[in-house]
Amino acid sequence: MNTSLSWIKAYVPELECSAQEYADRMTLTGTKVEGYERLDKDLDKIIVGKINRIEKHPDADKLIVCQVQIDEEGTEIQIVTGAPNVKEGDVVPVVLDGGRVAGGHDGKLTEGGIKIKKGKLRGVESNGMMCSIEELGSSRDMYPDAPELGIYIFSDNPAYDGIRLGSSAISALGLDDVIFEYEITNNRVDCYSVIGIAREAAAAFNKTFVPPVIKETGNGEKASDYIDVEIKAPDLCKRYVGRVVKNIKLAPSPMWMQRRLASNGIRPINNLVDITNYIMEEYGQPMHAYDLDTIAGHKIIVRRAEEGEKFTTLDGAVHDVDGSILMICDAEKSVGIAGIMGGENSKITDGVKTMLFEAACFDGTNIRLSGKKLGMRTDAQAKFEKGLDPNTAMEAINRACQLIEELGAGEVVGGSVDVYPEPKKEWRVPFDWERTNRVLGTKIDKETMISYFRKIDLGYDEKKDEVIVPTWRQDVLSQADLDEEVARFFGYDKIPTTLPKGESTVGKMSYKLTVEKLARDVAERNGFSEAMSYSFESPKVFDRLMLPEDDKLRETVTIMNPLGKDFSVMRTLPLNGLLTSLSINYKRKNKAVKLYELAKVYLPKELPLKELPDERVQLVMGFYDCGDFYDMKGAVEDFLDEVGLCRNVKYEASAYSYLHPGRQADIICSGKKVGYLGELHPQAADNYEIGGRTYIAVIDMPVVTAMSSFDIKYKGIAKFPAVTRDLSMVVRKEITAGAIEETIIKSAGKLLESCTLFDIYEGSQIKEGFKSMAYSISFRANDRTLEDKDISPLMDKILAALGKMDIELRA
Amino acid sequence: MKEKLEAIKTSALAKLEAATDLDVLNEIKVEYLGKKGELTSVLKSMKEVLPEDRPKVGQMVNDVRNVIEEKLEEVRNSFAAKLREEKMKAEVIDVTLPARKPDIGHRHPNSIALDEMERFFVGMGYEIVEGPEVEYDYYNFEALNIPANHPAKDEQDTFYINGDILLRTQTSPCQVRVMESTKPPIRVIAPGRVFRSDEVDGTHSPCFHQVEGLVIDKNITFADLKGTLAEFAKELFGEDTKVKFRPHHFPFTEPSAEMDVTCFKCGGKGCRFCKGSGWIEILGCGMVHPKVLKMSGIDPDEYTGFAFGVGLERIALLKYEIDDMRLLYENDTRFLKQF
Repeated sequence: MNTSLSWIKAYVPELECSAQEYADRMTLTGTKVEGYERLDKDLDKIIVGKINRIEKHPDADKLIVCQVQIDEEGTEIQIVTGAPNVKEGDVVPVVLDGGRVAGGHDGKLTEGGIKIKKGKLRGVESNGMMCSIEELGSSRDMYPDAPELGIYIFSDNPAYDGIRLGSSAISALGLDDVIFEYEITNNRVDCYSVIGIAREAAAAFNKTFVPPVIKETGNGEKASDYIDVEIKAPDLCKRYVGRVVKNIKLAPSPMWMQRRLASNGIRPINNLVDITNYIMEEYGQPMHAYDLDTIAGHKIIVRRAEEGEKFTTLDGAVHDVDGSILMICDAEKSVGIAGIMGGENSKITDGVKTMLFEAACFDGTNIRLSGKKLGMRTDAQAKFEKGLDPNTAMEAINRACQLIEELGAGEVVGGSVDVYPEPKKEWRVPFDWERTNRVLGTKIDKETMISYFRKIDLGYDEKKDEVIVPTWRQDVLSQADLDEEVARFFGYDKIPTTLPKGESTVGKMSYKLTVEKLARDVAERNGFSEAMSYSFESPKVFDRLMLPEDDKLRETVTIMNPLGKDFSVMRTLPLNGLLTSLSINYKRKNKAVKLYELAKVYLPKELPLKELPDERVQLVMGFYDCGDFYDMKGAVEDFLDEVGLCRNVKYEASAYSYLHPGRQADIICSGKKVGYLGELHPQAADNYEIGGRTYIAVIDMPVVTAMSSFDIKYKGIAKFPAVTRDLSMVVRKEITAGAIEETIIKSAGKLLESCTLFDIYEGSQIKEGFKSMAYSISFRANDRTLEDKDISPLMDKILAALGKMDIELRA
Repeated sequence: MKEKLEAIKTSALAKLEAATDLDVLNEIKVEYLGKKGELTSVLKSMKEVLPEDRPKVGQMVNDVRNVIEEKLEEVRNSFAAKLREEKMKAEVIDVTLPARKPDIGHRHPNSIALDEMERFFVGMGYEIVEGPEVEYDYYNFEALNIPANHPAKDEQDTFYINGDILLRTQTSPCQVRVMESTKPPIRVIAPGRVFRSDEVDGTHSPCFHQVEGLVIDKNITFADLKGTLAEFAKELFGEDTKVKFRPHHFPFTEPSAEMDVTCFKCGGKGCRFCKGSGWIEILGCGMVHPKVLKMSGIDPDEYTGFAFGVGLERIALLKYEIDDMRLLYENDTRFLKQF
């Protein structure tokens, strides 16, 4: 919503403030000013002048030399111009030496304006410049009386008769104005109008609000003799007011109206259209004009469209309308889509004689949904969508008829046809002023509060302590709404600043979040940087990861109205975001990249979705070109260690489609799967266009969180020395270190302290299909120094057990 | 005998004084203190001394030995010191060569900003809670006083899963979930991911984060809301930060406000960063609407409360002067490593 300052001042005549003061005060009382623009910010020293004489330029065919009178006393200056449209006697805007214009005559604006200095044009002195409307920063759209090419000429427009030479051309053109842009919240429907904003401005500055006085209009005839109105869908049309105007005389509207429309960004067209638009801005009430001679039976019926109906709107577009869409019809046919756009068949043309004016109130939600369905977005629709006050309709149409008479645009027929089945009346809200103070934390007295209400035309019943709310304030329904009215006029800035008192509460973070935070810490200390990726992705991800067709992870929570197929399914695997990020880094030639994400996956419990899906946070880590499987395993174990789970970790064979078949494993803690890790399958790496060897690990946080333990107990530092034996063996290749360690641990008994692999070798010295491995096995007792006789039987047991696995011991 | 010992002592000390390296030192040691050394030979000739004089001579020999040994030690130490000195001279390094840092990962700017907010609110006695991202329409809209067909539903451009289930457009549903399950006093913040159907560009993302705050107790006032958020702004943007509350509208709070902070780049004078206004809008807030309290099972006559919602990305972008929101979701390490 935009308004000019001058239009606001028309209804708040006492208002005296700078643009910035206006913007600040309005914003702080709840009518947020998003910004403002002075129309004359780049205009300076521009006056009204008159061309007294024109001579040819001695040295240039296309230039003329003008003697321009710049005051009433007869002072003349010489100006050379190339403009084709001026003649002696023309009154024009003149920028004097040292002044500024906003841009060139091609309509291009220059930041800060263009400075005009006196000088010589082809040897002839020129002391200023005559201006086109474009040079003044505007356009022919907003000043239809401006010539297509050349200087703006006041004297061609009778509206400027009597204009004084030497006076400001900026004021004469209405350019000494400021345009404010507001952000109106959707609860303040009344503020989508100049009247509404002016009412707020008056209250904000404690000035009198002077709305237009609407006089009775019309001749001795009756509108009801011209037209009959019937509402067949009262749920969608709360009120329909019709008035009739005959003997229409189309003409341009007066300058003041053109200027006000232009300041709101609306192009002046002719008196009829302009009045309609003017009322829509002034009162927020859209109106429509029909050529009454096209209305069959002189009857208006408001009803839902017929199924399968096709309708041509006045812009020539054909629409399919259905039973959900409200139509304005005559006795035979549809003549308009209610609240959105009129029909081609009934539109006003130059030859119009008699016209039906419509001011109605339609259901906002229905208009919004209809507009969406039809793919239409008109100014009228935007107003109706908010849900208008039906009581404005009559006021607005009477104001329009008043303007018709004032402008001489036609003869208004007396009376109106008003179908208003359930007139909306003002309502009452009980007011507890002490509660207002309790909620705000203020000590405002009751009288002051009531004075705030009165400023914005909220009535007050002293006996009942009730606020009487006018129908345009449909947002004021309860005590809380009154609290806000008090707060905004008292001033949010004047409300004290305190901290909550009362019972203290414990600040804390859930156990789940604590473990997640730990995961971040561990990932980061292992060199992984934190990534964040979208929760939704393309279903193609599953193919990129080569997931089998029947994999359960292909069952997704799917968005009905996604931004596109690529953002249509909620992820069931945390990998795609991370791999995509690794890929971006790889393509940008970032070396050795390590990323992690705490990514949520969304697993539906059943499809179609009846209850909320299982949302699980998973820690996913990935890197390329900076390590191998065992580096990733180290990061995983560092985390498991941190959450007290490392003691019982095992790795079991796995078969994830997107991992290298020989380099992947499930991570098992105390018999439960907590995640997996491995090298990215070369095909998957190709699919993501990552050239380096990529390793990933995924840890399911809910499982880890449930099993985690931070219960640390100190065990004394060993007092007695350990005894260590080295064991060297030749083993079939497929026997895993894990299996050997398990055998050693099982057979060594309680004295075993550790067994550590310290050498592994495959190659020329070892026979084909075998590997050599060497372990250091350490024993310790808490109560004595171990002797050979303690160790030997244990070693024998270990050797025997290993022997059974077909392991050959080496000396 | 005495003269002989004096002579040995003098000559030994002189030689030690003149010694130039460890080898010479060892030779001197052997020469005087060794098995065949001079002092030993004096002891060997003890039998020629009268028995009653022997202890006295023995004492004299030991004294001389001690003196020589002490000197020997002293010279040896001075050699060692000199050697170390020379060694260190040879070991001079260029301290301006690059440092070797541990390869530690970097936290995402969103998380850093969130950590900071969480620390503040936990310190103020708030509990951090979470709610589902795939949420019922009821919690996201209806229970927040946004009825079906309310234009606010459109404005937020909701992603729907089906008629009843959607991707939450705000963290505010957490308010309702907390109020339904907790007896006041309530002090929580609920950070989390939210979704809106905005095309990706420099200032929009269909997937972003909010931090919701909720305080419910007896006698909670708008003044408390102002005080709490003013402290919060100082914590986040520095002690000199001032705040401004402007009236606004949210369906689930009444009165509602938006909070601006003084531009941390120009300190409120007005610059390009704050578009000349000196202020930057950072959050929406208000007193919890009595209707919302009631729907969530809290008696609005007994309790009042305030709520606020902050856009996490907005804070991160402002704080770190990041000029394009897309950077937050690309995860380029050249970006991440700056935090």
